[in-house]
Amino acid sequence: MQWLHRLASPKHFYGFAGTASLWLGWLSLGLGVAGLYLALFASPPDYQQGESVRIMYVHVPAAWLSLFIYVCMASSALIAMVWRLKLAALVANASAPIGAAFTFLALVTGSLWGKPMWGTWWIWDARLTSELILLFLYLGYIALGSAIENRETALRATGLLALVGVVNIPIIHYSVEWWNTLHQGPTVTKFDKPSIHLSMLMPLLLMAFSFMAYYGAVVLRSVRCELLEREQGSQWVRELAGGKQ
Amino acid sequence: MNLSEYFHMGGYALYVWLSYGLTLAVIVVHLVHPIRRERRLLARIARRLKREAQ
Repeated sequence: MQWLHRLASPKHFYGFAGTASLWLGWLSLGLGVAGLYLALFASPPDYQQGESVRIMYVHVPAAWLSLFIYVCMASSALIAMVWRLKLAALVANASAPIGAAFTFLALVTGSLWGKPMWGTWWIWDARLTSELILLFLYLGYIALGSAIENRETALRATGLLALVGVVNIPIIHYSVEWWNTLHQGPTVTKFDKPSIHLSMLMPLLLMAFSFMAYYGAVVLRSVRCELLEREQGSQWVRELAGGKQ
Repeated sequence: MNLSEYFHMGGYALYVWLSYGLTLAVIVVHLVHPIRRERRLLARIARRLKREAQ
């Protein structure tokens, strides 16, 4: 537990976040390059969808990441509220814009895939609508956080919103099973064997892990900024800034 | 398969490349933003320290 307390101090976390961010960044780049190569060159075109299936390798990882970030954000918000860990609040706040961006990306790439395959950019079906609600949850979180001056009150309000919004996560996941939708069912996260060929599963997973590592890398960068801003009066920030002249 | 045929993506070029382009844009923006912000912050704090020292 000793090291955990040390890590939770702003100064140590700042240093740790820098190192971890760098490693995650390189990991993301490595996985991403391998994933991109497989996605764009080595994987076969789909027997029904042709080359348009390559959109899947950015669409699905973006959609998965949009859910993953939300779970991280809500868990951090919960930790911040229950254990009053300031760092967790910073992680939650830094996650929101990244989550919003990837939700937007999932929706837009889905649209770009839907137009040639379904014949429509958009349809109000369960999967698409619940993902759009996810975008509004992220945007609501950001708006609420910046609208409330008092940090404690803001934390409670945004934390509550994040937690209530968690109900949307299983809805998004099961939407394709609970409702009749145009969106296809799950092919990877099934308990029996995934119904996708290895030559398509590999780039998909590589890209998905690359995206997750990317999120880790950039969220830690944002947390570093927040730490600097909040701690600018403290000795360690002064030394850091002074040393850089 | 030649290069222009490859970029043609079986007729889905617009959809495929727009998807990848947008993804790249989102990734670059969210990577560059915190790095630049941190640099600006440190510079601002350093300027303030200098002012205080005078």
